[in-house]
Amino acid sequence: MASVPAVLNSEWTKIRTVSSTTWTLICAFAVTVAMGAGVSALVNGTFDDLSETEQLTFDPTLVSFSGTVLGQLAMIVFGVLVVGTEYSSGMIRTSLAAVPQRGTLLFSKIAVAGVLALLVGLLTSFVSFFLGQALLGDRGTDLGAENVLRAVVGAGLYMGLIAIFSMGVTAMLRSSMLSMGILIPFFLLISNILAAVPYAKDVIRYFPDQAGSKIMQVVPEAMGSDPSPYGPWAGLGIMVAWVVAAVLGGYLVLKNRDA
Amino acid sequence: MIEAVGLTKRYGAKTAVDDLSFQVRPGAVTGFLGPNGSGKSTTMRMILGLDRPTAGRVTIGGHPYRSLPNAPRQVGALLDAKAVHGGRTARTHLLSLAQLAGIPARRVDEVLGVVGLQDVAKRRSSGFSLGMGQRLGIAAALLGDPQVLLFDEPVNGLDPEGIHWVRNLMKTLASEGRTVFVSSHLMSEMALTADHLIVIGRGRLLSDMSVTDFISANSADFARVRVPESAPEEREKLTSSLIEAGGSVMSEPDGALRVTGLPLPRISDLAHGADVRLWELSPHRASLEEAYMRMTQGVVDYRSTDDAKAGLLEPPQAAYGGAQGGYGGTQGGYGAEPGHYPQHQPADVPQQSWYAPPPPGQNPYAATHSATAPAPGPATAPPPAAPEPSPADRAGEQTSEDPR
Repeated sequence: MASVPAVLNSEWTKIRTVSSTTWTLICAFAVTVAMGAGVSALVNGTFDDLSETEQLTFDPTLVSFSGTVLGQLAMIVFGVLVVGTEYSSGMIRTSLAAVPQRGTLLFSKIAVAGVLALLVGLLTSFVSFFLGQALLGDRGTDLGAENVLRAVVGAGLYMGLIAIFSMGVTAMLRSSMLSMGILIPFFLLISNILAAVPYAKDVIRYFPDQAGSKIMQVVPEAMGSDPSPYGPWAGLGIMVAWVVAAVLGGYLVLKNRDA
Repeated sequence: MIEAVGLTKRYGAKTAVDDLSFQVRPGAVTGFLGPNGSGKSTTMRMILGLDRPTAGRVTIGGHPYRSLPNAPRQVGALLDAKAVHGGRTARTHLLSLAQLAGIPARRVDEVLGVVGLQDVAKRRSSGFSLGMGQRLGIAAALLGDPQVLLFDEPVNGLDPEGIHWVRNLMKTLASEGRTVFVSSHLMSEMALTADHLIVIGRGRLLSDMSVTDFISANSADFARVRVPESAPEEREKLTSSLIEAGGSVMSEPDGALRVTGLPLPRISDLAHGADVRLWELSPHRASLEEAYMRMTQGVVDYRSTDDAKAGLLEPPQAAYGGAQGGYGGTQGGYGAEPGHYPQHQPADVPQQSWYAPPPPGQNPYAATHSATAPAPGPATAPPPAAPEPSPADRAGEQTSEDPR
């Protein structure tokens, strides 16, 4: 019986010895921070052009996280590659021959990659926040303000959870290409476009990214966004439910299908 | 010890492995033979618990693979040489596998040395050739110093030195009392490596016996007899007296006779008695490859068709009459002279696809699986292989036609 620490150790070796890990995580960090900084600087310069609603619900914390829209894509790529390359290379058969306990293998892999993604996500969110607030100048806020720490930690959790969600989906689809082809358009376009469509948005707001990103808002209905029937933590809870469902689905597929 | 009992795997309507039962014993190299698509890899995957059998079971040392305690220390497997993340180096790939079984990193460097990859240990495996990939796969199998080893087509892509090394490695592992199970589609390779053979075709067991038994059961000895080419009547005379004496005679395309069932001195005596001169009387042994091909010819899934190149070639200008050159090519001087083909021959057998007939009663499988299998018996028996010239022969005819 392969012991869990041994499998965790092995998965850590696997993750740190491929360059895609480094590149996707650096990309997630850099894109999120850079875009957040850019938008913060832009908003600071054009504050007077914002609509009255937006000025009234101005949320400096949320503005500094504008980069997550793009940065999460790199997190998705990270999550997809961590699981998907096992299938595309055929390594999964070698791995499963060494660890016949399939649940142990998958959960160890997701635990190692997930913790790494969460750590990078938290680092990204804190750096984004401080840089964004610095660029917003007088309109910025600080960690001590009400609910701000929750939003910053939440943004980090959001990034990590997106990666774990991608791992679960990839374990279900067993293909990097297929998973990227579905996840990236979904999170980049479909979810954001449909969220603006009347009626559709009542459903879309329960999707993982829409629900999870609520936690980044400090001001309710920040920046003129629609009111939602759930609070920030409940929103994150909805996202966690999606993640758990994806991982469980991946586990069932791995457990029951021939490798 | 690997034991399969009634092992069956179906993918929808297709049955990949059909009621397979066998044992692989320790202390010997067991060859696992079959044509492409015969279910070898599926069986290997089921042994390793990767695929779930539709019916039956397979155990290693009495346990199903998935419930083996610390599987990597007990079973090593090479399934697919290229089943490695291309971005990882040889060393880190093996290290990640070693950590699973609690094997120290020192062992990784040891096996890298054993398979001869120590110089490329720090290179990414995406740049590896197929042969290097095989070596890396073998290193992974050896990592845990297991008692049971499975190798799926281990010599694919290896150079002659590598093939030689793999052969010796298998034998050494078996001589240390380990169970070694090696799949291949090359009989010639298995004849040199294996002690025991399990042959399957279309997922069914065709043969399960030691190599020595396989040879004596399947390789038919025959004598090649050649009479002067200018005397077809002597050939007829000799043929009839050989058949009378209880031998069976088949004609080879170049005019020689294949005689089975009679010892060489007896053939010589009979020729002497019939007053026939002999140009050749030589003993031959049908190769294991031939025996294997004959055994599996009815169960080959993927068979090539003749490449007529109809859309590419101009139709030949001259008719085929008088073109014999193609057949003689492999036979040296004898068949090269024109003029003796094919009117006098009792049963013409194309050279390329000619398999020696099995000894009577020894090969029930060929008869049940193949309509073209030879019926043992007298010379009136139909030729065992394809009654038409094989593609190779026809190709030979065509090329000999071209210069005209």
